[in-house]
Amino acid sequence: MSARDNILKTIAMNQPEFLEIPVIDTSVVIQYDDVYTQFKTVLQGIGGKTELISDIAVIQEQLAADKKNLSFVVNTIPALGDVDEQVAFLAAAELERVVKAYVKGTLGVAENGAVWVYESQMINRLVPFICQHLVLVIEKENLVDTLHQAYQKLDVSKEGFGAFIAGPSKTADIEQSLVIGAHGARSAVIYVLE
Amino acid sequence: MKTTHADLAGKFIEDEPRTNWHDETLWFVREKRDKAAHGLPEWEQLREWGSQIKNATLSNLSNYLKEFEENALANGVKVHWASDAKEHNEIVHKIIKKHNIQKIVKSKSMLTEECHLNEYLHEHGIEVVDTDLGERIVQFRKEPPSHIVLPAIHLKKEDVSATFHEHLQTEKGNNDPQYLTEAARQHLRNKFVESDLAITGVNFAIAETGGFVVCTNEGNADMGAHTAAVHIACMGFEKLIPKAEHLSVFLRLLARSATGQPITTYSSHFHKPRPNQEMHIVIVDNGRSKQLGREDFRNSLKCIRCAACFNTCPVYRRSGGHSYHTAVAGPIGSILNPNLDMKANADLPFASTLCGSCSNVCPVKINIHEQLWKWRQVIVSEGYVAASKKISMKGMNFVFSNPKIYRLMGKIGRKSMQLFPFIVNNKLNIWFKQREMPVPPKESFRDWYLKNKKSQN
Repeated sequence: MSARDNILKTIAMNQPEFLEIPVIDTSVVIQYDDVYTQFKTVLQGIGGKTELISDIAVIQEQLAADKKNLSFVVNTIPALGDVDEQVAFLAAAELERVVKAYVKGTLGVAENGAVWVYESQMINRLVPFICQHLVLVIEKENLVDTLHQAYQKLDVSKEGFGAFIAGPSKTADIEQSLVIGAHGARSAVIYVLE
Repeated sequence: MKTTHADLAGKFIEDEPRTNWHDETLWFVREKRDKAAHGLPEWEQLREWGSQIKNATLSNLSNYLKEFEENALANGVKVHWASDAKEHNEIVHKIIKKHNIQKIVKSKSMLTEECHLNEYLHEHGIEVVDTDLGERIVQFRKEPPSHIVLPAIHLKKEDVSATFHEHLQTEKGNNDPQYLTEAARQHLRNKFVESDLAITGVNFAIAETGGFVVCTNEGNADMGAHTAAVHIACMGFEKLIPKAEHLSVFLRLLARSATGQPITTYSSHFHKPRPNQEMHIVIVDNGRSKQLGREDFRNSLKCIRCAACFNTCPVYRRSGGHSYHTAVAGPIGSILNPNLDMKANADLPFASTLCGSCSNVCPVKINIHEQLWKWRQVIVSEGYVAASKKISMKGMNFVFSNPKIYRLMGKIGRKSMQLFPFIVNNKLNIWFKQREMPVPPKESFRDWYLKNKKSQN
């Protein structure tokens, strides 16, 4: 018998009596009076920055200035201007030089400061991880209280890859001292569009 | 000779300031966990859901695994099954050989530690670079991780500085964590960019979608998996959950229980390989199906590897992870490892005060301390305890079952401690090690009670 069949057979033999999956009643879950303030406060606590933007032109100008001043800036958001489609074909050695990346997020989670990003929004799966500085853009109406509402809204298997990103990369592996900028982005700014 | 938890812990506590530092640092992590947990009014409800979902998963595991495999295959992922550590290592080795790959990066996976994958591949002339900062530190030092979430928690920054000076040519004596982390970042970015194959662990595998989730703070799993042409994800079969919506419960519990963070920086959901990428999942048994059949111990398979039980454990905090001499240390390790090798790990269920703190913080409500107690009974009845322990237990059984003898022994004990204190205050008495013996009471509680009851009447 193959390892697979053997393992499955032993499991079937040894598993306990069938139990129903519990129903998750989200009515008992925390709700925030002001999801934006909660999101901003939590993100600050984990090393990220949030800015409320009422006019998308502000981000467009920021992107244009960054493109002029920084060596390698990637934009993946059509609403901000020309999209750098070529990153789809770039290898890690080239993407390693990306100073800043602008990426659209689907939704933000107030309880933990996480932003969901689908693969299609990254163009290349490496972009939000390999860039030195990450800019995420979400709409204020897409802020939800907790992960429960987030998973209700998302279809995580719709694309080949997707991730929750909560602030910049970090580590505390040396004596529990928090250091921002482990392997991924050294900073994370989230623009929340009103 | 066999090295037991007590022997190894004895060595660890020789350095008292370091022991105190270790104890306090882990307690600090435990306090952060408390703060995060208390921030959610529904915390206990979340633990209950986590526990029930895992119970339901274990009760129908064979079907969920089939569902997971079917969906993963449909997503274009190759699925492998390994009965034990050896098969797991062989499967990984075969994939590496097929592609003739040299450059391999690995993000944290306790399963590959359990299977000793690095050592196996090393014997076959293949080197793996561990990319989690803590794991890279201990890899340089040729040590195993001492904690499943904080692999280098037994080390001070001076140790890390010396290690990096030797391996990464950092400035001698520069102990700044920021500087040392930056050096590791530069070193490992080169490794990521060059890598042909990435090995990751799996935090959760979703039956309904055939996908899996990997959580890191550093971003190392993503840097590896999205660069390499081949991605191998290794998982124990207990990582399964039925539906994607259940991730909300587990991701809310995991980081809060582990480090007190509201969520890890990256929670990456993998479903399909990139164009031209090969993605493999290795599903490993290695004793788990046997544990599933042990009624008293099966719910140890609910574990989500947050290490909250480590950080709270008074024994772990004061003895260090290496004293458990297994890949997964701490209270949860002490109930998992006797299943893998009862003889070699017979000491572990005794490395506990049975205070129950582990069970109280467990996000999926595993009755860890009760299982420790039950393992002790199994281990004694199977004959895996030292003769000295067996004899003294029999002696105690005799004394405690005979009240007259118990009282007589108490009297003799009190008297001799008063008259000849050297009988207990000497090196032969292990309770005297690093402790003063208590002052013997003048009378027993029973004598006191009988006397006072009379005087009341």
